[in-house]
Amino acid sequence: MTWTDLKSALAAEGYVASDDLAVALHLGLSLQRPLLLEGSAGVGKTQLAHSLAIARGAKLIRLQCYEGLDSAQAIYEWNYQKQLLSIRAAAENGETGNAVEKRIFSREFLLERPLLAAITQDTAPVLLIDEIDRADEAFEAYLLEVLSEFQITVPELGTITATTKPVVILTSNGTRDLSDALRRRCLYSYMEYPDRMTELAILGARYPTVETRLGQQIVGFVQKLREEDLEKTPGIAEMLDFAAALMGLGIADLTRDPAVLQHTLSTLLKTQNDRAQITPEVAARIAGRAA
Amino acid sequence: MSRVTRFAARDPGAMARISGFMAHLRNNGLQLGVCETNLAMEALCAVEAVEAQHARLAWRAICTGCKDEADRFDDLFDSYWLDAGRVKQKIVPTPPTSDDSGVQSSRDAQGKDASGAGTATAPDGGEGEAVSDGEGRLVATSVQNLMQKDLRDLVTPDDIAQAEDVARRLGAALRDRRSRRRSAAHRGDRLHFRKIIRASLATGGEPLRLFRKQRPERPHKIVALCDVSGSMTLYSRVFLAFLAGLMRCDRHADAYLFHTRLVRITEALRDKDTLRGIGRMSLMADGFGGGSQIGPSLRTFAQTYAKRFVDGRSVVLILSDGYDTAPAETLDAALSELKKRGCKVIWLNPLKSWQDYAPVASGMAAALPYLDLFAAASTLNDLAALESELVAL
Repeated sequence: MTWTDLKSALAAEGYVASDDLAVALHLGLSLQRPLLLEGSAGVGKTQLAHSLAIARGAKLIRLQCYEGLDSAQAIYEWNYQKQLLSIRAAAENGETGNAVEKRIFSREFLLERPLLAAITQDTAPVLLIDEIDRADEAFEAYLLEVLSEFQITVPELGTITATTKPVVILTSNGTRDLSDALRRRCLYSYMEYPDRMTELAILGARYPTVETRLGQQIVGFVQKLREEDLEKTPGIAEMLDFAAALMGLGIADLTRDPAVLQHTLSTLLKTQNDRAQITPEVAARIAGRAA
Repeated sequence: MSRVTRFAARDPGAMARISGFMAHLRNNGLQLGVCETNLAMEALCAVEAVEAQHARLAWRAICTGCKDEADRFDDLFDSYWLDAGRVKQKIVPTPPTSDDSGVQSSRDAQGKDASGAGTATAPDGGEGEAVSDGEGRLVATSVQNLMQKDLRDLVTPDDIAQAEDVARRLGAALRDRRSRRRSAAHRGDRLHFRKIIRASLATGGEPLRLFRKQRPERPHKIVALCDVSGSMTLYSRVFLAFLAGLMRCDRHADAYLFHTRLVRITEALRDKDTLRGIGRMSLMADGFGGGSQIGPSLRTFAQTYAKRFVDGRSVVLILSDGYDTAPAETLDAALSELKKRGCKVIWLNPLKSWQDYAPVASGMAAALPYLDLFAAASTLNDLAALESELVAL
């Protein structure tokens, strides 16, 4: 499989990847390296993992990072309630201490969390570690260990080695600087907002029924809107919502009715200041230029 | 004529060219090791290596680690491989000199050579060996002084060492007690089940001893913005030393200078060689001692860096006298935007320690409602005295 095959496989799932991204992803797959994706919110970082999982027919395991994420949520946890009950039951049955200990610290009592689940699958899954920049440094350091060895040590059980190596995709919005060690371990790709042609292709892939003229207007409008000085720049998902809203309302031309256009802007502008800034006149002007 | 670089006939082959390319990247500041070189060669098997464009995309994924590097990569690639048919004389460059930034500095935190005796050869020290070291440098520096301030004049390594201590204590005072994670502790608020079960095995499943866990204290992230306009010149010495000290003791801190523009100096101050760090900073702080545009600078900060580096766990420290040449509304809007990110804002004003000082400057008056703490600070001792107030925040 070459990177162009991968690109068309993703396109078949409705994901239009740039050459840059397709090569990086292909290398990640063939060299078995994690891929670190950075870029603004809404450029399709998370969606890539979803589409890749579908294209490969693999399971997607997702770990959403947040501040204070710890091993009990990311790796594994013992099922304490079940252990307690089991100990009680064993006492009544007259089971010996050794046997009880062996039983309650077995895989049956282990709750798998995303990282452990990802390395114990029969077929290689896609492991998405989303917004890694939100987790703290301690977790990042641990992640490095897992990503290089693909094994996890549970003190009571011993070391669990990966049966298959998952395809790892990490995403970051850049809320803090990631450590150099993590960056070195990963392949890197920076995702920009798509250009006009790419965005048209994305729209076409998601909504094949949208008319060419309206499609060009939608994409042109959103691209111009991104150049405005907004608090939240609309991403691809917003563009698709906008298209869906327009199609749902049965609008064929953006420039015809400024009032309706203003109502549908709620799909693109997500803060009050942005709404106030893009007045009907501004919106009409942008729509006029985009047409 | 092809754009591809022609390599000298005597060079040892493709492998050497690739490792030469890696050395070329390394000399241009990318952090690459042997591991990346290996990976780069492996990668060529995974793409059609004869296509320059494919190799370029593949190597970009491998050799770069952040946006800045990814942006520069194309030029670096072109300058090595597509050098308009010029013959490359030597593909394996000489090893980098010892003052290369990727190399551990031989100087310690005081700016003195770790191995050799004697004082640091800063051109502006005006004492010891610096004078006899080389007249040329001294002359050049004094000429440059007419145009821009060399901050090494202002800050000495001793100041920084002292400030580091103050900064460390202030950092420790700013602790955040919110955390979703808990760790084992004697007087915790929750039971530590994992430990309890483990210990109860010894007592036949009867949990006799109850272990507890609680939320650990976390340090706040400090983001310091220092005003270096003309009116602040008198206090710059203290504040710059404080910033340098802060950067050295706290890996997560972030620092900026502003006068009429805003500059991020975090990277420069992290330099292992303190004096070189200050030197790098003075190159960036062009316009030092000029007018002050507090409002516009803070607005720039709120709209760019703050979106990435400031969150609910951050403390924004503004070191300024509040004399703003821009309208007060700008400052008002900037601070309100900054405050929306959930951070705490502390303003340290050197003038506040004056008798009868009242924040009447329109900028300062506009800023007051947004501040969590408004305090005086003009010397290192003042800064150190803030410790108790920060604990209470």
